[in-house]
Amino acid sequence: MATARVSSVSITAERAEVGVFATEYRLTGLNMLIAFIALAIGGLFGVMQALQYNGIDLYKPISPILRGGYYQGLALHGVLNVLVFTTFFIIGWLTFVTSRSLGIPLASRALGWTTFGVMTSGLLIAALPLLLNNATVLFTFYPPLKADPLFYIGLTLVVVGTWLLLINQVMMLRQWRAANPTARIPLPAFMAIVTMTMWVICTFGVATEMLFLLIPWSLGLAPGTDPVLARTLFWFTGHPIVYFWLLPAYISWYNFVPQQAGGRLFSDPMARVAFILFLILSTPIGMHHQYTDPGISEIWKLIHAIFTFGVFFPSLLTFFNVVASLENGGRARGGKGWLVWVFSLPWREPSFTTQVLAMILFAFGGAGGLINASYNINLVVHNTSWISGHFHLTVGTAVTLSFMGITYWLVPHLTGRRLWSPTMALVQAWTWFIGMGIFAHWMHMLGLLSMPRRTAIGAMREIHPEWEPLLPMVAVGAIIMFISAILYYLNMVLTITAGKKDTVPMVPFARAVSGPEDGPRVLDNFKPWLAIAFTLIVINYTPTLIRLVSEMQFIPGIRSW
Amino acid sequence: MNRKYLGYLFEIAWILPSVAVPIAFMVAIVITAFAVGIAVPGDAGRVDPKALSTTAPFDQPGLRELAPGRYEAVVIAQLFNFSPGEIEIPAGSKVTFIVTSRDVIHGYKIEKSPINMMVIPGQISRMTTTFDTPGEYYIYCHEYCGAGHHLMVGKLIVTPAKTASTNR
Ligand code: HEM
Ligand SMILES: [Cu+2]
Ligand SMILES: [Cu+2]
Repeated sequence: MATARVSSVSITAERAEVGVFATEYRLTGLNMLIAFIALAIGGLFGVMQALQYNGIDLYKPISPILRGGYYQGLALHGVLNVLVFTTFFIIGWLTFVTSRSLGIPLASRALGWTTFGVMTSGLLIAALPLLLNNATVLFTFYPPLKADPLFYIGLTLVVVGTWLLLINQVMMLRQWRAANPTARIPLPAFMAIVTMTMWVICTFGVATEMLFLLIPWSLGLAPGTDPVLARTLFWFTGHPIVYFWLLPAYISWYNFVPQQAGGRLFSDPMARVAFILFLILSTPIGMHHQYTDPGISEIWKLIHAIFTFGVFFPSLLTFFNVVASLENGGRARGGKGWLVWVFSLPWREPSFTTQVLAMILFAFGGAGGLINASYNINLVVHNTSWISGHFHLTVGTAVTLSFMGITYWLVPHLTGRRLWSPTMALVQAWTWFIGMGIFAHWMHMLGLLSMPRRTAIGAMREIHPEWEPLLPMVAVGAIIMFISAILYYLNMVLTITAGKKDTVPMVPFARAVSGPEDGPRVLDNFKPWLAIAFTLIVINYTPTLIRLVSEMQFIPGIRSW
Repeated sequence: MNRKYLGYLFEIAWILPSVAVPIAFMVAIVITAFAVGIAVPGDAGRVDPKALSTTAPFDQPGLRELAPGRYEAVVIAQLFNFSPGEIEIPAGSKVTFIVTSRDVIHGYKIEKSPINMMVIPGQISRMTTTFDTPGEYYIYCHEYCGAGHHLMVGKLIVTPAKTASTNR
């Protein structure tokens, strides 16, 4: 619990530790601060969208500030929530996890600050055209919709900045290996490094799109650009990006939640295998976002579908391992029976409960994802509000709510102030869970009734009579989530400004029932896995990319907003 | 030691279905896609969006009867409408939609049918299906295409009798 008793000796040790990691803590805190400011602004538009569906237009009152109405708001919602919030939080979180798990500070603090500086400048550069309604191209920026060049340049800088963290991690791993030549890489650091490696590999797609297609074109150096080629490069990054969001939440589920549950991680080798499979399988499957695209052959779409089913496997391993760890905790706390142990879990502990609720909704998101991935069944749901319902369960809850759960212990630890109100945090977790459950359920249903996503439903000439009875439930869910968000931010602001000063220890990394010694050493050697990953990417992408490049057309850009 | 074996047993009991279930799904998909014929759009060729008025078939957008009960609908998507915006066919017709875009990316989704395509300038999107149930069906542009995206709605009318087709 937040008020864990610790001996004075360990408090002194803890203070000394925190001193060693002062820079890392500052970087983690600053990244998370920017992340949650972005989420606050982005989230606001979510409620406005749900109200607009029901004929309540809040865009007119703010039109002096934001001229672009619904779609400018939607661009801000998408970019701030899934590009800015996630990326900044993750860079902060993985900085923390890597240094605490290896027990050493960043190899180069100057590089750490450069990472932060490049990302933040990129954010400011991209924010300008977004706010001026000169980049209302949504977070997917599909050409030939043509935004201000600053938008593309800014986003590119954010991505390039993130790459620098991997350089730091690799140097740290070298240092650690020199000092611990025979030890196994600690699981949290292993996972953090795998996550960043996967991310750096997969961002090759969007970086190529930006540098060779969009930036020259938006600067007027090219007469046009090829939309299908651009989409293919976008989704080269666009699918694995969801694992870039998810794996940091998994890091918490594997390494902290079992400890918070009062037990141990079930299997360390199984966890390593799952992460290696994510490294290998996340990228060569991006065309599952292009099942309905022209210009790409059915055969390659089908092959990507098959590999997509493959990447479902490590998620199932994670499900098993995490639930088994929870059971381990529940039994350690005296729980009995097949399922009754669930009630012995520490449900009054906000960080724990928040993350377990995130996991529960993720199970539904995963099942929906399987439907989306199913090649021709995707025709029923593609680009309908079903998809919106789906990813609010995954990135909007499994990731976002887990990140909130992490901050319930991490912010007190970083700032040396107790959480203002654990009760408020519990209410926040449950209201998000309930609000999102309602919102997502009805968004899925509306999608089955063909309601298009990315559409200002309230402004349509005719709203489909079959949608009308369901639309109010979307707003109900949204308002409950909005209340939840207010509780979250209130609690955090009060914690930082007025929380009781105290040394709050870090949640220790969970130990495993079956430790790394039960798995082969090759799991810690990145080279063979990287070789397999590259091979699969080359096989699954080269034929299509070569054909698209050779057929390239120069389609002129248009500003249609 | 015993506990460890029990752990492995649980792992295997989970892993086997975790492999078998996705494989079963995959087999079902391959069968429906290639034996039953519920296919996704593929590579149907390119077209110059600036030359649509002189390139067949897009120089004459509209509905054509190829044979009794067999139609071809040539559609141009543009900011912010479809041309033709309304298509009328008798129930039981098999229709191939051939769609392209004049400007930005649009979508073409007919409610209560498998027709669901991205429409990309420079590319030809092509899909075929049969309409059995009479009624009026909305056609939505389901990709954001600009300020008037929500106004981009068409209609497919399936008439009960086997009457002659019209289009506009
Ligand atoms: C208060 C909570 C939220 C509400 C009420 C909400 C509501 C909505 C609605 C109604 C849409 C559909 C808009 C459309 O398709 O026209 C949407 C889209 C979206 N939301 Fe949220 N949302 C919330 C929080 C979040 C969070 C936490 C995330 C992720 C971290 C998120 C990510 C997205 C993304 C990526 C889109 C798609 C944008 C696009 O299509 O370009 N939302 N949201
Ligand atoms: Cu994906
Ligand atoms: Cu549209």
